[in-house]
Amino acid sequence: MKLLLALARGMLARRRRQTLVSVSGVALGVAFFIAIASLMRGFQTYFVSQIIDVQPHITIKDERRNPLPQAVEIAYPEAAIALNGVKPVDRIRGIRAAGDKIAILEAMPGVAAAPILTGSALLRYGSRDVSATVTGIDPQRYVQVANLGKDMTQGRIEDLRSTANGLIIGVGLAQRLGVVLGDTVNAVSPRGVALQMKIVGIFRTGIVGLDQGQGYSLLKVNQILQDRSNVVNQIVLRLADVTRAETLAREIEARFGDRTESWEEQNANFLNIFVIQNAIMYSVTGAILLVAAFGIYNIISTVVFEKTRDIAILKSLGFTERDIQLLFLLQGLVAGVLGAVLGCVIGTFMIEGLAQVRFGVDAPSGNDRFIMAREWQIYAVASGFAILAAGIAAVIPARRAARLDPVQVVRGAA
Amino acid sequence: MTLLDAEDVTRKLPEGPVLVQGATLSVSGGEFVAITGPSGSGKSSLLYLLGLLDRPSVGRVRLEGRDTTGLSGDALAALRLARLGFVFQFHFLLPEFSALDNVLIPIRRRGVLDERTARARGMELLGMLGLADAAAKLPEQLSGGMRQRVAIARALANDPALLLADEPTGNLDTKNAAAVFDIFAELARSGERAVITVTHDAELAGRATRRIHLVDGRIVSDEGQGAG
Repeated sequence: MKLLLALARGMLARRRRQTLVSVSGVALGVAFFIAIASLMRGFQTYFVSQIIDVQPHITIKDERRNPLPQAVEIAYPEAAIALNGVKPVDRIRGIRAAGDKIAILEAMPGVAAAPILTGSALLRYGSRDVSATVTGIDPQRYVQVANLGKDMTQGRIEDLRSTANGLIIGVGLAQRLGVVLGDTVNAVSPRGVALQMKIVGIFRTGIVGLDQGQGYSLLKVNQILQDRSNVVNQIVLRLADVTRAETLAREIEARFGDRTESWEEQNANFLNIFVIQNAIMYSVTGAILLVAAFGIYNIISTVVFEKTRDIAILKSLGFTERDIQLLFLLQGLVAGVLGAVLGCVIGTFMIEGLAQVRFGVDAPSGNDRFIMAREWQIYAVASGFAILAAGIAAVIPARRAARLDPVQVVRGAA
Repeated sequence: MTLLDAEDVTRKLPEGPVLVQGATLSVSGGEFVAITGPSGSGKSSLLYLLGLLDRPSVGRVRLEGRDTTGLSGDALAALRLARLGFVFQFHFLLPEFSALDNVLIPIRRRGVLDERTARARGMELLGMLGLADAAAKLPEQLSGGMRQRVAIARALANDPALLLADEPTGNLDTKNAAAVFDIFAELARSGERAVITVTHDAELAGRATRRIHLVDGRIVSDEGQGAG
């Protein structure tokens, strides 16, 4: 093996420039793969962590995934049924027995749950009207499932309790209304209930939609505002282990019957985009590596062609077909490994270079740069691909070399 | 001691031409055999058959009493590595490796000797062929005669029972050619080893202890058998 490696190195060294070109091809493919994968992974990881950070991991809603079947449909499951003049029942929406459900959920390990009631309201201050979503929360429970406590810039969540009809609003919303801490706004719900509410806190999440259109009050207060006493229309959950979200959501839905969405389901559109992004990335870099593999195929073929005499003498000396095949396979692998190592180095430089780029715009989330993922897995995948491609590219010429008949070569040379 | 036994060996190409027709011969240790004949008479083909580089269409070749018919390619390769040595008209040294490294290739491939012993053996062979000073040189830095002697040293690396040479002096001047034949005669003299060489040079063939003459793939004369 050592001998074959020495022979392989000797043969490649003879074609130094050509070897260098194929090695560079592999290196570039690997480097681009690493840089692009790092960029994409970094962005996706950041995005997902933002989602996980900001949104509830699981949301239980006051609706069912599929409409309840009509009684007649249950009675005659196989029949074709036409119902005329069906009137929807006007019942109060909300999660039934929310208190019991929360007790069950909180008994699960690693789960924090909070009941909320969301509804819209028109906030009026002076001559300004701004419509907003008001979420009624139980402060003690809500801070366990959301980052509201962390996001507060003025006031405290606890002030909701100490003030009658207290309201916490986003920084953008405060600007639009022109209110400051301590001001009183007039809130009107679609049901016509009007309440005087005092601004007891201002928060900033970095997400424009929330900062400009979200307010929080006590659950009780919002139930009055929305004219829905004792109604909870969502239960939001936060998990210690985010990866369990989807399975747990399915369990909860099966148990309670309420529509239960994990963060993955709620963001399926983004996550699907990531899948497509990754597919594009892999095909582009795969194409680069494919080209690099052709380069390796080319050089190994050339070496085999040039080295027919050496192959013949090695075989006459007693090298087996396997030895010869391995000899040229090794050359491909050597080129692949060199390319992978060089590519990892170049890729690292590219990552650090991209990390230096500044966009000069102050994105709402406070990011003006690429977020790069520096994961060893990316390097491993890129190198593995490159070496595999190099090996496969070398197999064909290596087999040709192994099959060479020394007698014919010697005859031709004599 | 009979080293090599060829029995009614015939080699036909798939396209029809017969290269070797019914050759029967046996070679013993100490013999220095010259195969002669006009070009196209099948000298080299016979040598390749005797050297297990090629398989006969009919007949059998025995090496040291062992029938090689039906052996796998790998088994034949192993026999060539351990028991046979080849020298060709062209030296076929690997250009990237020094004279010593070229000689060491078969030793290292066989892997019986440790690296130190192997190098000592390689130097001993080069010294025996008057190339001690050329050990570190690349083939392109050597003269034609020296290269061919390095090739002989490489053929002898694993101490083969049989040295086979195909027109080994074809690219050499008279003086170097004579030197090569002297070496062959010397190698055979010990009695352990046999040397078989193909040559078209009648004068050089005269130095061999036995001469086999081929015409159209058939052995027409075999002089001096057993004279070794």
